[in-house]
Amino acid sequence: MIRLERRKEPSKFWRIANPFLAVVLTMLAGGAMFAALGKDPVAAIRLIFFDPIFSQTFGSYSRPQLLIKSAPLILIAIGLAIGFKANIWNIGAEGQYIIGALFGAGVALAFFPAPGWYIFPLMVMAGAFGGFLWAMIPAILKTRFNTNEILVSLLLVYVAERILAAMALGLMRNPDIPGFPGSRDLRRYEAAHNAELIANTGIHWGVVAALIAVIFAYVMMTRHMLGYQVQLAGQAPRAARFGGVSPARLVVICLGISGALAGLAGMFEVSGPGGQVRIEFASGYGFTAIIVAFLGRLNPFGIVLAGLLLGLTYIGGELSQMILQLPGAAIQVFQGMLLFFLLALDFQTNYRLRLTRGMRI
Amino acid sequence: MRKTLLRLDGVSKAYPGVLANDDISFEIGIGQMHALLGENGAGKSTLVKMIYGLVQPDKGQMTLHGQPFAPAQPSDARQNGVAMVFQHFSLFDALDVAENVALGMENPPPLRDLARRISTVSQDYGLPLDPSRLVGELSAGERQRVEIIRCLLQDPKLLIMDEPTSVLTPQEVEILFRTLRQLSSEGTAILYISHKLEEIRSLCDEATILRGGRKVATCDPRQKSARELAELMVGQVLTPPERPSKPKGKVLLQVDKLSLKSNNPFGTSLKEISFNLHAGEVLGIAGVAGNGQDELLLVLSGEVPTPSAQVRLRDEAIGHLGPNARRKRGLASAPEERLGHAAAPEMSLTQNALLSGALAKGLAQGGFIDWGRTERFARDIIKRFDVRTPGPHVLARALSGGNLQKFVIGREIELRPDVIVVNQPTWGVDASAAAFIRQALLDLASAGAGVLVISQDLDELLEVADSFAALNEGRLTAVRPAKGLTVEEIGLMMGGAHDLTPVQEGAA
Repeated sequence: MIRLERRKEPSKFWRIANPFLAVVLTMLAGGAMFAALGKDPVAAIRLIFFDPIFSQTFGSYSRPQLLIKSAPLILIAIGLAIGFKANIWNIGAEGQYIIGALFGAGVALAFFPAPGWYIFPLMVMAGAFGGFLWAMIPAILKTRFNTNEILVSLLLVYVAERILAAMALGLMRNPDIPGFPGSRDLRRYEAAHNAELIANTGIHWGVVAALIAVIFAYVMMTRHMLGYQVQLAGQAPRAARFGGVSPARLVVICLGISGALAGLAGMFEVSGPGGQVRIEFASGYGFTAIIVAFLGRLNPFGIVLAGLLLGLTYIGGELSQMILQLPGAAIQVFQGMLLFFLLALDFQTNYRLRLTRGMRI
Repeated sequence: MRKTLLRLDGVSKAYPGVLANDDISFEIGIGQMHALLGENGAGKSTLVKMIYGLVQPDKGQMTLHGQPFAPAQPSDARQNGVAMVFQHFSLFDALDVAENVALGMENPPPLRDLARRISTVSQDYGLPLDPSRLVGELSAGERQRVEIIRCLLQDPKLLIMDEPTSVLTPQEVEILFRTLRQLSSEGTAILYISHKLEEIRSLCDEATILRGGRKVATCDPRQKSARELAELMVGQVLTPPERPSKPKGKVLLQVDKLSLKSNNPFGTSLKEISFNLHAGEVLGIAGVAGNGQDELLLVLSGEVPTPSAQVRLRDEAIGHLGPNARRKRGLASAPEERLGHAAAPEMSLTQNALLSGALAKGLAQGGFIDWGRTERFARDIIKRFDVRTPGPHVLARALSGGNLQKFVIGREIELRPDVIVVNQPTWGVDASAAAFIRQALLDLASAGAGVLVISQDLDELLEVADSFAALNEGRLTAVRPAKGLTVEEIGLMMGGAHDLTPVQEGAA
């Protein structure tokens, strides 16, 4: 008979090895899926994971895309990971991302067409504030009425999507082009444009912000009482209360940080790569960032690696749609499998399987 | 000499890294009351698990009635007349007594017959129990009776009892002992595991003492003093805590008509609790588990706030303050549950030193943690309180109960509190660590602090406490001086006799 045995200590080896193993398993299972769709599995996998960087033909286009796609993922995942460590589950980063983008764009459109160095910093603050505000709804409902933050934050994504559509069609619509939904293109408004800082690298202010967030998160989690309290609350909530940690305060802080970072990511996107408030502006970064956070083991540097990998699958997904005519949903299945395999593999971090002689307890 | 029922011959069992049982041999006679004594980790539970078929020995033989006996699983053991009552009950709250008994039987009879047999057995053995009651409504003592009756219905030849009295009031202990004596006189042998020495001396006629996996002695416990038995168990000479008598100091902690509605359906509400704790005093609060001990600790530690005037420290109302504000004012506490409440299991000792020491010891400046100082603090605790561990980087959950408890109590004492509140300070802790912890608490009191000890271990309270009160269903009896109290009086106080007020308060 097979018996499960809890390990005395979680295996350090598997903690590090599992994300890599999950990627390999995803490639295998994904290949099988592509084969079932009638595509060449090897070509598809190569297109998703290798060609965006190494291809001669379109590498020069897709390489800068890597940082553009990864920066929002990393920025959002850093905030989510802090909350996840404390067992506070913000699943609605997508909504905070949208509201942050709307706040940032709102500031820009309000100043249009005035020039001014102060406009972009104001947009940054507004974006962070928008995301923070949207995250405060589940935070306050949880602390006041003990609602479940997973449900509330998730459902608020759909509310945010409605608001986005309403804005794109109404208040923020470009008045100069009647009949078309969508706002002015912020890339054409110099004071508000989140431009590439170094040509052909994809580095924009969002990348810089992600880098700063990674360092801040690392310092906070290892050196600061707040990081200690976050870990304490996640691992042993009763010990946290004994240590004087107020659970309500922690909920507000964790949801606030992750909301603000998601809002920032949205703002950098709408003022740069995205360019305008459109109905289809949201592209799932807020959900994919959940995978990034887990794949990166909730560790700031792990999140950087995981963010780059998932960014790669975004680009590879677009390429495989164009070149192999794979359905767009295939890449979401792909990302989902990654999380699925990781969670399944993590089982062996804490447990081991043992073969036993036919014994019963 | 009686005829031998069970004989163990050179039984050994090794786990990776430890030799849990090393060449153990002893005999249990038919109808004998045999005690198995030893500290935590001495190998008692491994040994009984082998007898009950939960674990198989690596070496050695067992014989039952002269026949080789090697149970591969508990049902084999039960078929051979070996039954066991565990320390932790495996009962379903939502089912009634008869249904629970049926679930534990190999071939249960129809429920109506079973209910009748339960009533018969419970009358025969003086264990009052109504088979139709829901287990969820029963007290700990009654739940234990369910387990015992479940065993008795199988007509056992050997009944193994693992620390049966840890959850009972003195009166319930008496009932249990009467039953056990009756069983013994009818020819059922009893293997009785405990570390309560007085119990064993009054109940058992032979005792096997284990230390570090080896048998150190088999003796007649009635021929030895409790102290001699304890010294055999720990392998060293024990010194009882020293306590010079001192006059009462000024009032440090004042609790006034403290009431708290429990928001947990299984919790106990506190009802109008009042007491004073003086400088230099050790106040012991007794009570059977689940009578409000946990809740009392939570309101004193500050984890659960109360109206501010209900708790006063040096005349300052602090009922509304949280744990850290109380620590700063000199009120420290150590909850019962070491892993998960007093310490985070997955964190290192250094990280756990920060848990209550951060503010009170100034280990974090402007929110930034000084890990170097924190580690030194952890090292100090480890050294001063004799915590046996490779170092402060070890995870809390890797420590044995006694060592972690020394660390937790040490951490709170190192905060140099004026008042310390501890719940079950030596629960599940081996005898030498327990003596060490008690002495540390007494030292703190003789240095002028007020010490509040909440405990279910009466021997412990009688050993350390200057004054004494008992919790029963969330009410606290009046505080009485510990000197001159008899175990019977304490039992009555624990059972809820609140009219036992001291004479000077003018009781009716």
